[in-house]
This record gives sequence, structure tokens and C-alpha cells, in this order.
Amino acid sequence: MINWLANPARFMRLSARAAPWCGWAAAFVLAVGLFWSLVVAPPDYQQGDTVRIMYVHVPAAWMALSVYLFVAVASAIALVWRHPLAEVAARASAPIGAAFTFVCLATGSLWGRPMWGAWWVWDARLTSVLILFFLYLGYIALANAFDDPSRGGRAAAVLALVGVVNLPIIKFSVDWWNTLHQPASVMRIGGPRIAISMLAPLLIMAVGFTLLFVALLMVRMRTALNERKAMALRLNAGAIPAPRPGRERVASANTVVP
Amino acid sequence: MTEIGAFFAMGGYAGFVWSAYGIAAAVLGGLSVYSWRRYRDSIVTVERLQQDLGRRR
Repeated sequence: MINWLANPARFMRLSARAAPWCGWAAAFVLAVGLFWSLVVAPPDYQQGDTVRIMYVHVPAAWMALSVYLFVAVASAIALVWRHPLAEVAARASAPIGAAFTFVCLATGSLWGRPMWGAWWVWDARLTSVLILFFLYLGYIALANAFDDPSRGGRAAAVLALVGVVNLPIIKFSVDWWNTLHQPASVMRIGGPRIAISMLAPLLIMAVGFTLLFVALLMVRMRTALNERKAMALRLNAGAIPAPRPGRERVASANTVVP
Repeated sequence: MTEIGAFFAMGGYAGFVWSAYGIAAAVLGGLSVYSWRRYRDSIVTVERLQQDLGRRR
């Protein structure tokens, strides 16, 4: 299955059809989710309307963790089997994960201020998610740090794998340490402990975010493959002697390629 | 208060709720627009290079 998908030409054919579908599906599901979150869902009996922040905050946090896991698995495949698409996938998804993590942190801060009385506290859950954000930034910086993309890719892949240790720390931080953050209410043993009127918009937003991730991932992977193709074409253009003057533009573009 | 006014007031937490949704929309929307523009640019670049190469052959 992975072998079959790891063919870049096949990926380009499939994603040309799938990416627009995912994008429009994401827009539709998010529109429904927003309406449900902001209008249909009831205010919380304790937290009032601030509970509506949950419908962005919690799905963003789920995405922050699952996208990181995706980056790590793709990095492992790239390191071990050298699949041509795995590294492209890891690189393309890291900025999306960083964006979701930032949204999670910012909305959490805006929820914490009215409910806890603080924009930020250095407790286990918040600190470990902040570390996740820095891991994403470190991965992106490392992946782009070298002139030779494959060297940066390998270094970044190792960082992504080491950072996986942070994922269970985030997930169980609310159980292991005393924290201001509330424990898991949806993904817990014994089923969700949240009213269906609030669970429904939460899950719809989570589906919308997932579709958005898949659509963005495909668009960004297609971009990366196009840019690689452009680089190869430039090298190719340099190998053919220019037939007439005034066409140095393409040849001189070679000098930026190491 | 009108129904629309109550909706925007968010029970007195308008600043927090709308800021949270605004930041999420700005970050995710911004990333989507950026990714899409870069994708269009990459298509244009490849087509231009292929044309250049074709003319020189």
C-alpha cells in the first residue's frame, strides 16, 4: 500500500482529483461546524458562552498531536525505506501542524483568561504543548537549514522522531500532574463525558479540520514536487548549450543550485 | 437586547470568543491562501521552464 502510494507520478494523478474535493468538503463541513458551534450549541451552565472556544481549541489540539505523529511516521519511512514521497509529506505537513498548535495555544489563552483568570500558566499541559510548538518550529528550521535538501531532511527527520516522546507526555499530563487544565472528556476510558449537544459540533469541527489538513497536505506536496521538477528542468536547461544569445536567464538560474 | 445583539455579545464574553474564532480563521485561512498561491506559482514556473526548454531544442 505504501509502496503503491510512494510513486510521485501516481500521487500527482490522484491528488489532482482528490485535493479539490477535500478542499470543498473541508469548507462545507467547517461552515456547518461553525454554525453549530456558534449558534445551535447551548452555552455551558458554568462557563457561559466561553465554552464555544472549545469547538476550535480542542479539535486544533487533536490536530496538533495527530499531525505531529504523521510527521514522525513519514520521517521514519523516509529514513528507513527512503520512499521519495515520505520526506515530501513530512516537510509539507509540519507547517500545517505548527499552525494548528498555534491556534490551540492562542484559543486556550483566550479561554483561560476569563475562566482561570490567567492568560498563561506554566503547568504540565500548557508547557508540553508549547514544547510541541517549538518542536514544529525546530523541524521546519532544520529541514530548510542546509543547501542540500536531503541533508536537512535527514536531520529534521531525526528531530521529529526524538520529539515523539512529547506526545504521550501531552496526552497524559493532565493525569500525571496536578494541572489547571481539565482532564480528557472525550477520548477517555468509559466513553465521552460530554453532552451530545456539545459533542456533535466538536466532532464536526474535528472532521472539518482533518479534511482541511488533507487538502492542504496534498496542495503543499504538489507544490514541493513541482518545485523539484523546476529545479531539475533548470539543471537540464544548463546542460544544453544555448542556441542563440539573450537566453542566459535560465542558464544563470543554475548558479543557485548547489 | 435583540437576538442578533445577544449573539454578538456572547453572554459578555464577546472579546474572548470572537478573538478565538478570529485568530483561528486568520491563521488557517492565511496558511491556505499562502499554500494555494505558492502552488499556482510552482505550476507557472514549471510551464515556463518547459516552454523555454522546448524552444531551445
